[in-house]
Amino acid sequence: MAGTRHAPRLRSRTFSGLGAAVLIAVIAVFPLVFTNPTATNFGVITLIFLAVASAWNIFSGFSGYLSLGHAVFYGTGAYFLAVAAKDWHLTGSAVFWLLPLAGAVAALIAVPLGLVALRVRRHTFVVITIAFFFIAQLSASNLAVTGGSSGLLLPVPNWTSATFNNPFYYVALIIAAGTVALSVLIRRSRFGLQLRAIRDDEDRAAGLGVRAMPVKLTALVLSAFITGMAGALWVYFIGEAFPQFVFDPLFDLAVVLMAFFGGLGTVAGPVLGALILEPAQMYLNLQQSNGYESEILFGALFLVVILFLPRGVLPTAGEWLTPGRMRRLRDGWLAWRARRTAHPPVPPAEGTPS
Amino acid sequence: MTATLRAEGVSKSFGGLQALADCSLTAQAGRITGLIGPNGSGKTTLFNAITGYERIDSGQVYLDEQRITGASPQRVFSLGVGRTFQLTRIFPRLTVLENMLVPANRGRSTREHRERAMDLLAFTGIASHARALAGTLSYGQRKLLELAYVLVADPAVVLLDEPAGGVNPSLIHHITDRIRELNAAGRTFLIVEHNMEFVMGLCHQVTVLDSGSVVASGPPEVIRTDPRVLDAYLGTEADDA
Repeated sequence: MAGTRHAPRLRSRTFSGLGAAVLIAVIAVFPLVFTNPTATNFGVITLIFLAVASAWNIFSGFSGYLSLGHAVFYGTGAYFLAVAAKDWHLTGSAVFWLLPLAGAVAALIAVPLGLVALRVRRHTFVVITIAFFFIAQLSASNLAVTGGSSGLLLPVPNWTSATFNNPFYYVALIIAAGTVALSVLIRRSRFGLQLRAIRDDEDRAAGLGVRAMPVKLTALVLSAFITGMAGALWVYFIGEAFPQFVFDPLFDLAVVLMAFFGGLGTVAGPVLGALILEPAQMYLNLQQSNGYESEILFGALFLVVILFLPRGVLPTAGEWLTPGRMRRLRDGWLAWRARRTAHPPVPPAEGTPS
Repeated sequence: MTATLRAEGVSKSFGGLQALADCSLTAQAGRITGLIGPNGSGKTTLFNAITGYERIDSGQVYLDEQRITGASPQRVFSLGVGRTFQLTRIFPRLTVLENMLVPANRGRSTREHRERAMDLLAFTGIASHARALAGTLSYGQRKLLELAYVLVADPAVVLLDEPAGGVNPSLIHHITDRIRELNAAGRTFLIVEHNMEFVMGLCHQVTVLDSGSVVASGPPEVIRTDPRVLDAYLGTEADDA
């Protein structure tokens, strides 16, 4: 079967399992090693985006329905937490218990939105999700419950400043790790297979007995649940809720870029995308007084990814690293090492005439 | 597992174009029925009408005595009517085996489902490609894959839209043999095909469509010499003769 392209092999499973374990260990000890608040701040936001990018991928990456309206779920979760913490007089770590509720509210919102938007496909679907986004943003700017454009302030926990970010960090880590685990489970399940069949040819899938609407809606609701939790954690972390930041049009573009960059529809892709792009963006924003330069840079990166790596870094790299290339790389390395041991490079003696 | 599929007085128009006009057709249980006709005569539209891909303006479709008119494609499939498409429609970014696992598994365990999928891949002769992405298969192999995954759920009736179209002759024999074997086990077939040798050699009964209407129906040897059929296919030459 020369020339036949195969799906990623099972042998890579042990490898990726090992990689995941190392990654989790590194992430888990990160705030203990880098105690600088700027570093942990980067860590919290990156983990939040890691969860959101993976959640977005569970719906959009697997089903092929590209949503540019996930900020609706993010913002809904955020406002729910801001309002509930205020109304129920919750402070400190008690506020974290609101996160699953915030996710549930976002999931609830996803049901009617999904029932409307999932009746159409491709570009029309994308446009409808953008419309939902603007409806949500306008509502947040004008409703009394959200404080309108004057926004809401959240209670600030009275934790010591040296380790202030750590509780946020570990909650974000739990959500992110849970999302990636869910992503793995779905990718391997029959439900995940049905989603990917819908992505490839929805009508054909229906003609094979796949109940497309419930499958798509379930994926959207799960995705919205996680996104809502992440949004709620984020708003508690930054401590204020203003409509233009809670419902940020660049939010969805950032998340989509992360997924596309790493590899749309893969489990590891959005993880890699978030781990690289979110810290990069925050670093650039820190260096520059305005955010424009990083936005221009990310816009350009978006173009490069879509034009040259439309399937993302990981799948492209995975394909480039064929067994033959791997063998040549290994042989090359072994030969190089053999040459070095046979003829150790002689350091140039001082004073040797040239 | 077998059933009779009947379309009665089915009509369908697209704007001003009458694609099907009072079309009736029966695919008898346990038999192979051919559906032929010139391009644009409404064969695929009739397939779409039967399998829920197209809403019809009037008429009824029955599976045995059960009315399935207007049922969704998903429902039609779960009632036991599987179909393939003229331009094969597989899931290119899933592996061949994953393609086989898409159809509902009818209460089988995952392991049984997988075994059945592998058996059918072996039956159609593409088992060695099980791990390949379906998008890398040749056109003929895609036709075989489409036939194989339709069979996973044990449909009582199988509708094939041009199973021999664009397929090399040796593969056509392979496909014919597979259909005969499946039919011998009782499965009902309704086949649209342009290859006359294929239809006449395989089908027990042939129905001829022209401009959305049934012009003839009967055993192949009768259809072969029916002047209305010659007329439909060859235009006015039959009149001149």
